[in-house]
Amino acid sequence: MSRIRKTFEQLKAQNRCALIPFITAGDPDGELTLPLLRALVEGGADIIELGVPFSDPMADGPTIQRASERALKNGMNLRGVLAIVRRFRTEDTVTPIVLMGYANPLEAYGSDFAIDAAAAGVDGVLTVDYPPEECVEFAAGLRRAGIDPIFLLAPTSIERRFGEVAAAGSGYIYYVSLTGVTGAGQVDYAEVARRIPEIRRKVGMPVGVGFGIRDAASAAKIAVIADAVVIGSRIIEEIENSPRAEATLRVTAFLRGIRAAIDEVSR
Amino acid sequence: MSELPYNLPDRSGHFGRFGGSFVAETLVPALAELTAAYAAAKQDPAFRAEFEYDLEHYVGRPSPIYHAKRWSALLGGAQIYLKREDLNHTGAHKVNNCIGQAILARRMGKPRVIAETGAGQHGVATATVAARYGMECVVYMGSEDIRRQAANVYRMKLLGATVVPVESGSKTLKDALNEAMRDWVSNVANTFYIIGTVAGPHPYPMMVRDFQSVIGTECRTQMPAVAGRQPDAVIACVGGGSNAMGIFYPYIDVPGVHLIGVEAAGHGLETGRHAAPLTTNSPVGVLHGNRTYLMQDEHGQIIETHSISAGLDYPGVGPEHAWLKDSGRAEYVAVTDEEALAAFHALCRFEGIIPALESAHALAYAAKLAPTLSRDKLLLVNLSGRGDKDMHTVTEQSGMVF
Repeated sequence: MSRIRKTFEQLKAQNRCALIPFITAGDPDGELTLPLLRALVEGGADIIELGVPFSDPMADGPTIQRASERALKNGMNLRGVLAIVRRFRTEDTVTPIVLMGYANPLEAYGSDFAIDAAAAGVDGVLTVDYPPEECVEFAAGLRRAGIDPIFLLAPTSIERRFGEVAAAGSGYIYYVSLTGVTGAGQVDYAEVARRIPEIRRKVGMPVGVGFGIRDAASAAKIAVIADAVVIGSRIIEEIENSPRAEATLRVTAFLRGIRAAIDEVSR
Repeated sequence: MSELPYNLPDRSGHFGRFGGSFVAETLVPALAELTAAYAAAKQDPAFRAEFEYDLEHYVGRPSPIYHAKRWSALLGGAQIYLKREDLNHTGAHKVNNCIGQAILARRMGKPRVIAETGAGQHGVATATVAARYGMECVVYMGSEDIRRQAANVYRMKLLGATVVPVESGSKTLKDALNEAMRDWVSNVANTFYIIGTVAGPHPYPMMVRDFQSVIGTECRTQMPAVAGRQPDAVIACVGGGSNAMGIFYPYIDVPGVHLIGVEAAGHGLETGRHAAPLTTNSPVGVLHGNRTYLMQDEHGQIIETHSISAGLDYPGVGPEHAWLKDSGRAEYVAVTDEEALAAFHALCRFEGIIPALESAHALAYAAKLAPTLSRDKLLLVNLSGRGDKDMHTVTEQSGMVF
């Protein structure tokens, strides 16, 4: 059983909602990424989404764009990201790691990507600009290597889409809670509450919700609806606004607040 | 060509291994809606009639073909003919496509249009048609380009558009495109994204090509009348590649017409400071919604490009050009900033025409090719825009102050 599936099954048995924080690998620098991963686990992360920096992050808002730019300036690349995951795996064999990024760096890495990522200990890959119909071979390669290809659904998605992502993906579905870029705007909770049960039923996978979740209150509202709460830009801001030496402590403290709020209301 | 008739892209927007639709899920339904709306419009005689009416009465089409006799004689070889897109309303070929997309936006009930721009020509054309059709208009432009193209920025503002400076990445065309995509993702319900070139996700490369193909379609009728026959070669500059696709497309099925796309070699291909992904055989990758040749580093990060002309300063190229290169139907070459400037000055002095620096790249290659050919050969160059917007850049290059 995949680490992601196992995580969701255990949480379900405990009637808890998953917490999925996101950070960009290499932000603020490559040395701090591993300590930050530990800090996220310490703060209550069930799964971690680790951003692979890209020069042209079209779906991201200013916060994650800045994180990407800092990471690239510090020389982070996909090989570096896999090296970090490999080191993380030597000390943590439980917490699933999902790489999140854009198609071009993955393609530039070459056809060994799925095998190398699996060997490093990657559990899932979410490629923002790979809709299922454009990555049939890539997704098949991931599955052969034992990695879950994770896909997005959006408020604009039509029903036919549910079946398509269900067929192509595994692990969980990442539901984008608003039409916009990461970190933006206001979430329409009533709309999310209306969509999630239907999506969960049709895709037969846990559904995580992200984009626009900024604090304990918004996380709690999502936790009563969804199987996982994804929180990214707000953590990047926490890292951005901390002195380097305090970043890990502040991230753990911030995430603990979210964790408590989620557990409070879990279904 | 062996495979007649030419019928790309396929239903999912692929030109062989190129093209496609690589976007975040939020935009997938919007692109499906656009594809359906465009397919319906294309079949609708009323849509075509409105498009053609505005091209004739608002843009001033058909644009003439002019025999550059004096310059041809000086070069001492093939005869050079210029397709005068510089005479269009707004001063470049960009407006053809903007009219098509604006009419489509209105049919789809979208009151707000957005655009990206490099040199500012597409931004001006979009702002123009938005004023003409009474639409709200927001144009994204790299702050580096805003500095280089101040006159066009003012023009857009006069026309009622909001110009948003883009400070991310290299602050040029590719970053403006990223930002426009972000706007579209956020406002997809009421907004139509008017992409200015034959790139982006399907159906844009096809749709922009179709609207721009009025250029080549006119040439096919005009060349026999003006020059007695079709040209031996058609030459056009390629950044994203819309003016080139517009003039090439109607000639793809015409045997014996050599198609030549001219990229920007910037400071020279050997310096790495250029914008010539096809000529340098850059790796194939995914950017801005499609698969194509892309200037990138070994880790798949897009690298900064350089060209004296903002309109050619783009790391990718339309997917249909990538396909035409691989299939051998078109040839791609590159000329340097210096060569383009020399051609710019030559056309000013010998023909009394001030060309856009983008178009000057096509002229520069024609000036290289013409002397190697006999006097009865015919070269048709797409003079895609006029150079008024480039006064600043050219005076700066000549060590003068504007």
